[in-house]
Amino acid sequence: MENLIALLVAAPLLGAAVLLCGGRRLDRVGHWLGTLLSAASFVIGLALFTDMLGKGAEERSLHQHLFSWIPVEGFKADVAFQLDQLSMTFVLLISGVGTLIHLYSIGYMEHDERRRRFFGYLNLFLAAMLLLVLADNYLLLYVGWEGVGLASYLLIGFWQHKPSAATAAKKAFLVNRVGDMGLSIAIMLMFTTFGTFAFGPVLEATGETSEGKLTAIGLMLLLAACGKSAQVPLQSWLGDAMEGPTPVSALIHAATMVTAGVYLIVRSGAIFNGAPDAQLAVTVVGAVTLLFGAIVGCAKDDIKKALAGSTMSQIGYMILAAGLGPIGYVFAIMHLVTHGFFKAGLFLGAGSVMHGMNDEVDMRKYGGLRKYMPVTFVTFGLGYLAIIGFPGLSGFFSKDKIIEAAFAKGGTEGWILGSVALLGAAITAYYMTRVMLLTFFGEKRWQPDAQGELPHPHESPKSMTIPMILLAVGSVFAGGFFSIGDRFMHWLEPVTHHDHGDSPLSAATVTGATMVVLVIGVSLAWVQYGRRPVPVVAPRGSLLTRAARRDLLQDDFNHVVLVRGGEHLTRSLVYVDHTLVDGVVNGTAASVGGLSGRLRKLQNGYARSYAVSMFGGAAVLIVATLLMRAV
Amino acid sequence: MNPVNYLYLAALLFTIGATGVLIRRNVIVVFMCIELMLNACNLAFVAFSRLHGNLDGQIIAFFTMVVAAAEVVVGLAIIVSLFRSRHSASVDDASLMKL
Repeated sequence: MENLIALLVAAPLLGAAVLLCGGRRLDRVGHWLGTLLSAASFVIGLALFTDMLGKGAEERSLHQHLFSWIPVEGFKADVAFQLDQLSMTFVLLISGVGTLIHLYSIGYMEHDERRRRFFGYLNLFLAAMLLLVLADNYLLLYVGWEGVGLASYLLIGFWQHKPSAATAAKKAFLVNRVGDMGLSIAIMLMFTTFGTFAFGPVLEATGETSEGKLTAIGLMLLLAACGKSAQVPLQSWLGDAMEGPTPVSALIHAATMVTAGVYLIVRSGAIFNGAPDAQLAVTVVGAVTLLFGAIVGCAKDDIKKALAGSTMSQIGYMILAAGLGPIGYVFAIMHLVTHGFFKAGLFLGAGSVMHGMNDEVDMRKYGGLRKYMPVTFVTFGLGYLAIIGFPGLSGFFSKDKIIEAAFAKGGTEGWILGSVALLGAAITAYYMTRVMLLTFFGEKRWQPDAQGELPHPHESPKSMTIPMILLAVGSVFAGGFFSIGDRFMHWLEPVTHHDHGDSPLSAATVTGATMVVLVIGVSLAWVQYGRRPVPVVAPRGSLLTRAARRDLLQDDFNHVVLVRGGEHLTRSLVYVDHTLVDGVVNGTAASVGGLSGRLRKLQNGYARSYAVSMFGGAAVLIVATLLMRAV
Repeated sequence: MNPVNYLYLAALLFTIGATGVLIRRNVIVVFMCIELMLNACNLAFVAFSRLHGNLDGQIIAFFTMVVAAAEVVVGLAIIVSLFRSRHSASVDDASLMKL
């Protein structure tokens, strides 16, 4: 069975190669080819999954060694895959949601003349992401890590004729680069510490390593996770990434790629378990981001940017859970999977709405769409109920577990983290209700588009609604399915291990509190946006609202501190370069030049003067020799 | 007669030759002064040969004579062609090799 693992990556990679090199001949079938190869990957994943289920929990990890990549004395890099329960979960999520989104894109990108290229990029993304989760060492993971970054860049900037899209792509690429630097430093540290970067040996050797080194590696891994998963302080790219086509936002910037940071931290669990300071940093980053994203999500009028804030916030939950250690790893991954379903579904719903509304993204110009787009309304509504944690739906189980785990951390830390998570749940309920009310309820606030036409909202074609329905089914049932008899926990336990922690509150109390904050959030939103008519032009709002609309001033901060700071730094460096470095170089050259100008005069062409210097030199040599003898 | 006196004579001749090379401008005289220095050396070699009681110095003197003969041939040829082109026998007139 293990020989099939490489095929998981090979199928979409082949698709990318064929679609991107095949030229216009493939324009008519390209999208079906891409979807087919993505589906092939999913089917292989399913086959491996059923095979895995047939084995005992300890024998489930498969390993495939493909070839030696860099065989050098003392440095061995292999292209080898490892498929354990954690990777399996990701493979099914990535290829499953990926296939659905390929299917959706067939309808969504129908009128785009570069559709073939779009599918080529999507396949490239799938291949890179699968490589990321299947790699058995950090170096190969890094290859996948960079690959998804590239695919993300290409897809955000897919409509490159729009300057905003081109800029957003560049921004995402640059911000990600900061995080990637963290990952490369972490890998170098691993190599100097452990002498290898294969998962097995590294994670086994953490027991005998000093805490300081583990903390350093952990913090660098956290930096990498921050970049890829849009966590504070490297969060600024995700909002702008919404310039990409909506299926891209659903697949890459909601369901899969942005969760790579969570995968990295959970995979490196052994390192973080040995470094409590790094773990604390992870939880702090998670807690701050979950509030940050939620607050931003409350103020945005652009439906995709509101969802992007929500994505940031939900990944904050996962990072928080991953930072809790063995108490939280399982729940981080469980929330990741359920979030993959409902957030992809929400984004596809948003895309469907935009499709029907002449690409309008301002929610204040929607209103009353539930009658015109019933399928979108129902699927979006189920995703909405799932994300706010309505009892019985996916988000209820996974988010509740994370809040419980945060309290179970114990001590003051546990209380603070738990309260933040609860507060986040209230804000989640608020902003998602706001999105729901603005889009599907209330009176019509439709505005004519640039050509002066009023939109005629209509239900999207089958190829778009079917993926939305399937994802909605996932958002409803996945959480419950995973939680019955703690199935998901037992499934992942051999890889991540689990620890129940010591919760000061009973599970029922936490659930009750979650329900209370849920009701508060929803009613607040209803009071503000359901009961009263919504103005088409956004009111000025309070200071916090205005700050949140500007993404809590993240770009201003980056501009003042990093851009200006960088400019000052480069300017002073240029000054030092001009005065000091150039001064030394030019000074040396000038003094050598002056000296040689003087020496030149000695060569005057008179044979007799040469003879004098010869005799003089000989005389000096003789005198010197005699003196040396005398001494 | 004490062989050391020959060394004094050789030193004297060499100094005369060197001084001539440095202060005279006529290229023929300079050339003759060089010959004088060579022969001063030969005298010193032969004197040392006598002092040490072996033949090394004398053999070197023969070598010097051979080289000096060759040098005279080449040197005189250069002087003649120099005189033909510049119509002067002054070493200071031939000072083109400078920057």
